[in-house]
Amino acid sequence: MTSTGAHDTAARPEPGRPPRRRRAQRVPAALLAPALLGLLFLVLPLAGLVVRAPWTSLPQRLTEPGALTALRLSLQTATAATVVCLLLGVPLAWLLARARFPGRRLVRALVTVPLVLPPVVGGVALLLVFGRRGLLGEWLDATFGFSLPFTTTGVVVAEAFVAMPFLVIAVEGALRGADARYEEAAATLGAGRWTTFTHVTLPLVAPGVAAGAVLCWARALGEFGATITFAGNYPGVTQTMPLAVYQTIEGGDLDGAVVLSLVLLTVSVAILAGLRDKWITSA
Amino acid sequence: MGSRLARVALTGVTALTMAVPAGCGGGSSNEAGSGAGGSSSGVTGSVTVFAAASLTESFTTIGRDFEAANPGAKVTFNFAGSSALANQINQGAPADVFASAAPKNMQSVTDAGNADGTPATFARNQLVIAVAKGNPKGVKALTDLTRPGLKVALCAEQVPCGAAATKALTTAKVKLTPVTLEQDVKGALSKLKLGEVDAALVYRTDARAAAADVEAVEFPESAGAINDYPIVVLKNAPNRTAARAFVAYVRSDQGTSVLTTAGFQAP
Repeated sequence: MTSTGAHDTAARPEPGRPPRRRRAQRVPAALLAPALLGLLFLVLPLAGLVVRAPWTSLPQRLTEPGALTALRLSLQTATAATVVCLLLGVPLAWLLARARFPGRRLVRALVTVPLVLPPVVGGVALLLVFGRRGLLGEWLDATFGFSLPFTTTGVVVAEAFVAMPFLVIAVEGALRGADARYEEAAATLGAGRWTTFTHVTLPLVAPGVAAGAVLCWARALGEFGATITFAGNYPGVTQTMPLAVYQTIEGGDLDGAVVLSLVLLTVSVAILAGLRDKWITSA
Repeated sequence: MGSRLARVALTGVTALTMAVPAGCGGGSSNEAGSGAGGSSSGVTGSVTVFAAASLTESFTTIGRDFEAANPGAKVTFNFAGSSALANQINQGAPADVFASAAPKNMQSVTDAGNADGTPATFARNQLVIAVAKGNPKGVKALTDLTRPGLKVALCAEQVPCGAAATKALTTAKVKLTPVTLEQDVKGALSKLKLGEVDAALVYRTDARAAAADVEAVEFPESAGAINDYPIVVLKNAPNRTAARAFVAYVRSDQGTSVLTTAGFQAP
């Protein structure tokens, strides 16, 4: 099984044997102090939200139609964006991890650009391409009479643009960590490239794909800058939760904004925790 | 476990991300703006002015003139939607002067006890229908905006230009569904400049400032929704003397002349 010819098998890790687990160490104080400080830094603002929340008027505020509409729209668009990212991002990750082509480093760098690009700039960039006067958008509008800005599809596009790198990076990492010999074995047994991909590679990296999808979904759910710039802000069509939070703060209703933020936070924590227990830890 | 926390924090932080506009410093100009008016010697140090987005061009000019008249002074601006500015001030932002595009946002600052004295109206502004250069869609009146397929940007009702738009539309009994509610008047204008919308209800001054790209269509109903612009020195102003001098300069003949040139009406 290991004699596939020209490949050097000695450098590969043996399949089936997990890396030796490290024994629990005593944490040095030099690491513990900043670690706790970092934890506090991340958790305190969330605590601030909880403390500041107007608990008495909470039930009434939660059932306001505006809040529920925005929440539904957020969940729908984030899920749709994640599906788009899975369909396009997994093949892209495979390309980066498995295929050899010139300029691969550059492609990888380009894929991660949305991570460092300010989302507002991302939104402007999307407008310049998909807007009514954009490079592709003008053609779309002239041919199909369809333009993306100010539509729910536009929100999905903005979210997918910002969230896809998270998925690609996670899946590419998983692919690189996966043992390529299973794929080679499938190939020697006569499986085609597509069959190998769907029956061997994908199941092998499923936990990585799931982790990436969750991360991608969470990023899409919180997307603000690209959405408001590219898709605009209209209740029920493009106003997702983060936009509703922003508009509520702008309107001077701090309590309302805190409530909306808490809802978003609770929903995302609940879903992330649920998914994590189901998929990720089983890896 | 750590990564879950990080993810949760990421979501929360992004949700709360607010676009805090960067301050815009005015360069010093050697143009002789001295003479009568609000220029008084002894005004030094920096003055931080929080001003409505619609004041961007005129206040930048006034700031430059003020600096020329008071060589020791430096004016720094924070231009944004009036409601955002009022929020920032009430949350303790270190500002000297607040110039709002509507009395309502000013009132939230005075109600919170953050104003020093009574706000004074220094300008008034009126809405126009801004359309692309050459008016390709032939918009002539407010009712034209309800035409199917015509995309319109309005300001959100929380900001003064949005409140004025709602008032004008209600007065005219025009039922309009915009494609977007922008957070300040400049946002609505840039959607028009980018060609994403066919029309936007903005102030006459904003349309005039963007005259290279847009054209203004006046409509009679806007007379019923004129916005008063109040200005006030803030209670916690780090530089109260200079703040008072700046407010006096805005209200002086020189200041008023800059404002009227920009398309504002005198109070």
